[in-house]
Amino acid sequence: MTQQTGKITGISGNMLIVEFEGTITQNEVGYAVRGNERLKSEVIRIQGNKAFLQVFESTKGLSIGDQVEFTSELLSVQLGPGLLTQIYDGLQNPLPELAEEHGFFLPRGVVLDPLGGDREWHFTPIAKKGDVVRAGDYLGSVPETQFKHYIMVPFDFQGEFTVESIQPQRDYSVKATIATVKDKKGQTHNLAMQFSWPVKLPVQAYKEKILPTEPLVTKVRIIDTFFPVAKGGTYCIPGPFGAGKTVLQQITSRYADVDIVIIAACGERAGEIVETMREFPELTDPKTGRSLMERTIIIANTSSMPVAAREASVYTATTLGEYYRQMGLNVLLLADSTSRWAQAMRELSGRLEEIPGEEAFPAYLESRIAEFYERAGLIQLNNGEQGSLTIGGTVSPAGGNFEEPVTQATLKVVGAFHGLSRARSDARRFPAIDPLESWSKYKSIVPAEMVQICRDFLVKGSDVRQMMMVVGEEGTSIEDFVVHLKSELLDSVYLQQNAFDKVDAATSTERQQFMMEKMISILQAEFDLTEKEEARTFFYDLRQRIIDWNFIEWNTDEFKKQEQMIDELIKGKVKNA
Amino acid sequence: MRKVYNKVISVAGNVITVKASGVGYEELAEITTRRGKSLAQVIKLEDDLVSLQVFAGSRGVSTSDEVRFLGHPMQVAFSEDMLGRIFTGSGVPRDGGPEITENLIEIGGPSVNPAKRIIPKRMIRTNIPMIDVFNSLVASQKLPIFSVSGEPYNELLARIALQAEVDMIILGGIGLKFDEYMKFRNTLEEGGALNRSIFFVHTAADPVVEGLMVPDLALAVAEKFALQGKEVLVLLTDMTNFADSLKEIAITMEQVPSNRGYPGDLYSQLASRYEKAVDFEGAGAITTLAVTTMPGDDVTHPVPDNTGFITEGQFYLRNGRIEPFGSLSRLKQQVNADTRKDHRAIMDGMIQLYAQYLETEEKRSMGFRMSPWDDKLLKYGKLFEEGMMSLSVNIPLEGALDRGWSILSQCFKPEETGLRSELVKEFWPETVQAEELEAAEETV
Ligand SMILES: Nc1ncnc2c1ncn2[C@@H]1O[C@H](COP(=O)(O)OP(=O)(O)OP(=O)(O)O)[C@@H](O)[C@H]1O
Ligand SMILES: [Mg+2]
Repeated sequence: MTQQTGKITGISGNMLIVEFEGTITQNEVGYAVRGNERLKSEVIRIQGNKAFLQVFESTKGLSIGDQVEFTSELLSVQLGPGLLTQIYDGLQNPLPELAEEHGFFLPRGVVLDPLGGDREWHFTPIAKKGDVVRAGDYLGSVPETQFKHYIMVPFDFQGEFTVESIQPQRDYSVKATIATVKDKKGQTHNLAMQFSWPVKLPVQAYKEKILPTEPLVTKVRIIDTFFPVAKGGTYCIPGPFGAGKTVLQQITSRYADVDIVIIAACGERAGEIVETMREFPELTDPKTGRSLMERTIIIANTSSMPVAAREASVYTATTLGEYYRQMGLNVLLLADSTSRWAQAMRELSGRLEEIPGEEAFPAYLESRIAEFYERAGLIQLNNGEQGSLTIGGTVSPAGGNFEEPVTQATLKVVGAFHGLSRARSDARRFPAIDPLESWSKYKSIVPAEMVQICRDFLVKGSDVRQMMMVVGEEGTSIEDFVVHLKSELLDSVYLQQNAFDKVDAATSTERQQFMMEKMISILQAEFDLTEKEEARTFFYDLRQRIIDWNFIEWNTDEFKKQEQMIDELIKGKVKNA
Repeated sequence: MRKVYNKVISVAGNVITVKASGVGYEELAEITTRRGKSLAQVIKLEDDLVSLQVFAGSRGVSTSDEVRFLGHPMQVAFSEDMLGRIFTGSGVPRDGGPEITENLIEIGGPSVNPAKRIIPKRMIRTNIPMIDVFNSLVASQKLPIFSVSGEPYNELLARIALQAEVDMIILGGIGLKFDEYMKFRNTLEEGGALNRSIFFVHTAADPVVEGLMVPDLALAVAEKFALQGKEVLVLLTDMTNFADSLKEIAITMEQVPSNRGYPGDLYSQLASRYEKAVDFEGAGAITTLAVTTMPGDDVTHPVPDNTGFITEGQFYLRNGRIEPFGSLSRLKQQVNADTRKDHRAIMDGMIQLYAQYLETEEKRSMGFRMSPWDDKLLKYGKLFEEGMMSLSVNIPLEGALDRGWSILSQCFKPEETGLRSELVKEFWPETVQAEELEAAEETV
C-alpha cells in the first residue's frame, strides 16, 4: 500500500483540516510534518476530500500547506512483557525515558519504544507444534515481576490457526519470532511476544462475560462494608473539588486486594501522580513483599499535557487492563478524572462545530461513557480460567452538582456510587463518602442484616439531628438523643478512616468483620443513661477509645488490651447485662 | 524579510482577519494603526485567511492598516536586569526604564515532564496561623485566594510575599486597578523586596487582550529563573479577569460556550498556567499564589470552580479572615508531619470543634437553650477566632500550636477534644494564665 499524504488547509487549536486524495480511515493515525518534527494526530472526521485531525501535541508553528502523512493504522498500543512498572503518557510514551533523553520538558514529536526495545525475556513455550489456537490463547510465558506473563496469539487474529513451530525455552527480545502459525488458507504468520491493539476497541478474545460476585476488598471500611465493589465491577466517585476523590483512589491503588493496578491520571495535577511515581517503588506490597510498583502501570496525561492525548489516555489504560485480564489476573483500573476525559471530548466536539448537547457536551457523551465502563467485567477465558477488570472512575462535576451530564451518564451504567459530599469533607469527615446518598449493587463483606442495622441508625440519627435543629436539644428525648450519639459514634469510628495513618489507612476484611460485630453490639445495647450530658460524655469517651484502637495494629497484645478497656467501659453503662 | 499585508478583511471584537500565506499557528504580528503599533497573535488559520487577536484591541483598526508578521511566537526577555522593573502585558517597560531585549525566550512553552518533578517538601512559613497551622503553604504549590472585591486579598498577597523565604517575586497583574498596583509596589519597596521582584502589570485601563499574556510572561520568566536554581514566588491577580478575557475572545470566535459563556477549554487554559508551578529535580521551584475573585461570592461560578479543580487547595478570604472551612492546602501533609508531632492533631481537632461551635452558634441565634457543652463551644469559638483566625495575629508556627493547646485547655476536658491520648499527655497545659496568652500576642 502506498502512503497517503495530505495538505493542511486549516488550523484551529489542536484541530487540523487536511485535504487528501485517495482512501483514508476514520481514527487512523497521521503525522503532521514540520521540518523534522512529526506530530502525531488522529482522523476524527472525514468530509469529502477533507479530513479533520486532532493533534496529540501543540500545533504552534504549523502552517497552511504543511504535509500530513497518513499511516492507515488505528491509534494503538503495544502489548507484551515490560508494561508493568512503566510510567507512560496518554499515548504510551514512556516518561522516564523521555526525561532521560530530553530533560525537563516534554519534547514535541518524539515517540519512544514503549516496551524498551531490546530487553530480553525468558520465554517458556506452552503451545506445541500442531496445536490449534485462536486469539488470546497462550503460546508460552515469561516471568514479569511476580507474575507469569502469558504470551498470547494476537487479539486481532480471527478464526483458528495451527502452530507450525514454536521456539524453545530461552531469552528473546519482544520483537523476535517465538512461534509460527498457519491460518485456514494455508498462509503462515510469524508471531512475536509484542503485538498491537487499537485502543478504542474492546479486547474480546475470551469465551464469555460473567456476572461479578466476588468482593474487591479495598480496605476502606465504608466501601467494603457499606458500598462494596466487585471484582469485574464498575464504580464511580463523584465529588466537588477537594472532597477527597484522588486521596481515595491513591489509598485504593496501594491497598486494594487485586493483582494489578493501572492508574490513569487523566487531566489532573502532575504533582499527584508524581507522589505515586516516587513513592510506589519504595513501598512494599504486604501481600507479595515486593515493591508496589511491580504490580502497577501509570498512565499520566496530566492537565497541562495535550488535550487530545488526554482523551486517548483513558483508552490506553483500559486496553492495558484488558490485556492483563486475558492472563487470568484481577486488574483494577483507577481513572482520575473521567470528567477531564469528557471535557477533552467536548473541546474537540466544539472545534468540529458539532451540535452541542447539555453544557456543550456532545450528544454521544452518554454512549461513550457507557462503552468505557462496559469494558470492565469478569470474564471466562478460552481455557476456562477467569480474569477481571474493575473500573473505578472519579467524576468532577461542575460546581459539585451531581445533576450534570457526566455524573448522570455515569450513574446510569456503574454498579456502585461513592458520592462525596462537600459537607463531610468540610467537616474533615474522611473519606467523605455520603453514607445516605451512596449505593452499591454488589455484595458486602459483612452480612446484609448488619449493614441494614447500621443504615437504620445512620438514617434515624440524621432524622434526630434534623429535628434537633428545630426543637433544640432540650426538646429531644433521651432515647432519641442516644440514637443520635450512636449514629455519630458509628460515623466517627467506622465510616471515617484516617488515610494518613499507617494502620488505620487499610482495614482487612477480618478486622472489618470483627469491628462490625462490636459496632452492632454497641448500637443494639441499651445503656443506662438518663442525662444528656452523661450520655454525651460516655459516648465521647467511647469514641476516643475506639479511635485509639483503630490506630493499633490488628491482633497485637496492645490491640487486645485496648479492646478490654472498651468492653469494660461498655459494661459499666449497659443495662442489666 | 517578513511579508507585510495591507488588507484587513474583517474586524470583529478584538479579532481581525487578513489574507496571508506562510504564517505559523500562534505566530506574532505587528499591526500599525493610527493609534500606534500593537502586537497581535494568530489564533486561527483557514486556507489563506489568518485570524489574529489584537493585543491593543481592534478599536481604530482600519481595513488598510499594515500587518507585519514577525515569524515567531510571543517572546519575553529573560535577564537579571529585569529585577526591580515593571513591564506591561506586552512585555514592554511601563516604568520609563530602558527596554530589555537580550535573551528572548518563548512564552507558553511545553509542560514539565512529570518524571522530572519531585515531591514538594519545603514549607513556606508565613506566620499566619490559619496558613501555617491549618493549611501550610509548600514550595511549588499553586494556590488561589478565593474572595470578593473589597476584601484585602492584594494586601494578603503582598504580606505573604514579604514574609516568604524566596529568592524572587514575580507579580502578574491582570486588570489590576492602578492604585492597587502602586500599593503593591510600595509595600514591596518598603519591605526591601522590590529589587528581587519583577512586575508584569496589565491595568484595568489597558486593552483587554493584553491581559491574556500576563500569566504566560510571568511564568516563562519564573521558569527560567527556577531552572537556574532560584526559588520563585509568582503572584497572579486577578485570574478572574484573565478568564473573562478568554471568554471575550471565545465569543468573538463564535465558539460554543459550555457554562455561562465561558469556553469549554477554560479548565485546560487555566491548568496550563497553574501547572507551571513546579519543584524541579535538581533545580529551583515555582510557587504560585493567585487571586480569584468570585462573581456574586459564588464558588460554583465557572472561574473559581474550575480553578479549585486545578489548584492544590484554596484560601477563602472573607470578612478579612481566612476561613477555616473550605480553605485547604492539599500539600500540607507533605510538610506537617515533620514540624511538630502535635501539628496534625491540633489542626484536625481544632477545626472539628470549630465546626461544632458554628452549629451551636446557629442554635443559639435561633434562641435555643444552651447546654453546658454548648457553653464550652461558645467560649471556644470566640477564643479561636481571636487567637487564631484574625489576620492581625503574626506568630510562628510553634507559638500558634502552643496557643492551640492553651485555647483547648481553657475550654474543655482533654477527652472532650477527640485528641489522641498520648498527645494530650505530652502537650496539655497544666494551668493556663490568660495574661500569658495575651502577652504572647504580637500584632502586625
Ligand atoms: N481520606 C482522607 N483523609 C484525610 N484527609 C483527606 C482524605 N481525603 C482527602 N483529604 C484531604 O482533602 C484534600 C483534597 O483531597 P483530594 O485531592 O483527594 O480531592 P479531590 O476530590 O481529588 O479534588 P479535585 O477534584 O480538585 O482533584 C487532601 O489534600 C487532604 O487534605
Ligand atoms: Mg483529585
